[in-house]
Amino acid sequence: MNQEQFIHAHEQQWLILEVLLNPSLKSLLKGKAENELKKSWLESWKKKRAAKKKPLQKSPNEEKIALLEPDIIYQADFPGLYREVCQHLSLAQSRRYSPYLIERLNFLISQAHQVFYRQSHVHGESALASLIAFFTTTFPQAVRSESQWVWFSSLVFYLPLILMIILIQFWPEFVYSVMSPDTVSGMEAMYEPQADHIGRERGSDSDSKMFGFYIFNNTSIGFRTFATGLLLGVGSILTLLFNGLHIGSAAGHLTQIGYGGTFWPFVSGHSALELTAIALSGAAGLKLGFSLLMPGRKSRYQAMLDAAKISVKIMGGAAVMFFIAAFVEAFWSSSQSVPANIKYAVGIAMWLMVFAYFAFSGHEQSDWPEDDRR
Amino acid sequence: MLDTIKIAETPEGVELKLTCVSFFARSLAWGIDALIQGFIILLLLFVLPQLGDFGTGLLLIIFFFLHWLYPVFFEIYFQGQTPGKKMMKIQVLLIDGTMVNWGASLLRNLLRTVDFLPFFYALGVATMLMSKDFRRLGDLVANTIVVYKRELKEKVLQNQGETEIKAYAPDMALSAKEQQIILSYAERVNHFSPERAEELALLAVPLLNDLPVSQQQEKISSSASERILGIANYLMGRR
Repeated sequence: MNQEQFIHAHEQQWLILEVLLNPSLKSLLKGKAENELKKSWLESWKKKRAAKKKPLQKSPNEEKIALLEPDIIYQADFPGLYREVCQHLSLAQSRRYSPYLIERLNFLISQAHQVFYRQSHVHGESALASLIAFFTTTFPQAVRSESQWVWFSSLVFYLPLILMIILIQFWPEFVYSVMSPDTVSGMEAMYEPQADHIGRERGSDSDSKMFGFYIFNNTSIGFRTFATGLLLGVGSILTLLFNGLHIGSAAGHLTQIGYGGTFWPFVSGHSALELTAIALSGAAGLKLGFSLLMPGRKSRYQAMLDAAKISVKIMGGAAVMFFIAAFVEAFWSSSQSVPANIKYAVGIAMWLMVFAYFAFSGHEQSDWPEDDRR
Repeated sequence: MLDTIKIAETPEGVELKLTCVSFFARSLAWGIDALIQGFIILLLLFVLPQLGDFGTGLLLIIFFFLHWLYPVFFEIYFQGQTPGKKMMKIQVLLIDGTMVNWGASLLRNLLRTVDFLPFFYALGVATMLMSKDFRRLGDLVANTIVVYKRELKEKVLQNQGETEIKAYAPDMALSAKEQQIILSYAERVNHFSPERAEELALLAVPLLNDLPVSQQQEKISSSASERILGIANYLMGRR
């Protein structure tokens, strides 16, 4: 079969596939029923386009597409068509037909391939459903499956935090080894029992402004903790250590100078979400970095690819925890009217909820498809 | 085989050719995106603070999303193309030639932080220049690749020549490679000046042996290129 015969035999299928892939081409077909004569319609359509001065065509095959019967398009079977055109491309390649023809088929196939094999939850109608599936199953499952990294990360984060709190009770000057005197006095002003707004530098800062600030600042820190984990885990460990030391010395110092009555009720509400989110960001980064150091029986690159797929899920979930923590911190933790006991109770309830969430949710099978192809 | 072409095989056994994008085009796309982001920030800096603290809070949230999730949003919902990539006609794909997904897009964009180290994408540029497919660290981890978006070019040969130039059966058997060369010539002939087309056609000496010599040497006639185009038409089956 020579090339001309080949094109003649199969071109209609290529045109149909092209229309299916590029729905905007359907507009070429719609007007057809109203025009009795195909030719006259084509003429008027050409004039219209010339009048609009649109030199850019949607497809070089527009004129041929305009001659297609609309019914063929609506009855077309995309998967079957796709496989047939794949076969045409292979034939065209092995018979060494002209490069243009091969390019044209290659173009069709690469587009169809992207549509055919795309993952439904990316573009699908059920974006909300897959989001819910992520938080009810995928995220807690990923955290449980990587619990060793979560515990490791928590150790690196909470150990210096708790150590600093205890150390500063006995050696108060220890705070200056972590913070500058300016930072310390700024912090003291924020949590002074007489201050009109706790936890803020100036009383005038409103809740909504601080909400924006917490989202921007805290989530960015989380993202950086994760990303720098790629440097063999060093970045994550340093960020975790630094944040642990910093938070610990702040808590220790404020307790030691007697501001604990304002500090602890303020942080109790959002502490569960925020501290856990930091630990999870670190765990995701450590998982990524240590996959390069300890690849097991895989190649280092393959081990990293596999680790990255899981760790990005943990980081994605942690990011949302940062958002919720920011909301709680801005609109609940700062409120003056709520008694400290209620704040403590809410704080404890939040910790229990976070633990319960990761321990008990998502034991049913995940709806989220296992994407091995990434 | 050109080394900027990456082959992705589909499950149907068809090989897709992905053309990797070099460092320069990618930087330009990044620059355009940075300008757009900067412009939006600048605009909001003038507008939002008028709304007081609420505006400042909103500004910070928008800044956060612009900084971290602007590329993710466009890569997911606009076929792997941020506005900058769209202008450069490039797109992000997974290494197997399919659309980038949430996980991969989030990974490659969060890891910008590492690519940025120690200053202004130094690590990313170094990785890009060292890796075979111009991939920065984020691409390597997310298993993505930045490629030129395929576009169907205008037809070259089909609209021209098929009526005017008669098919001509070559006097000798042509190898597959030679047939390919002649077909490629026929498809690109419109991009050459007539003089250059003739000059190239004259290289195929054995196919032109029976042409009158005087025609080849005196003023420029299109006889040699016409002969080659005739053979091309023959090869394509336009007899």
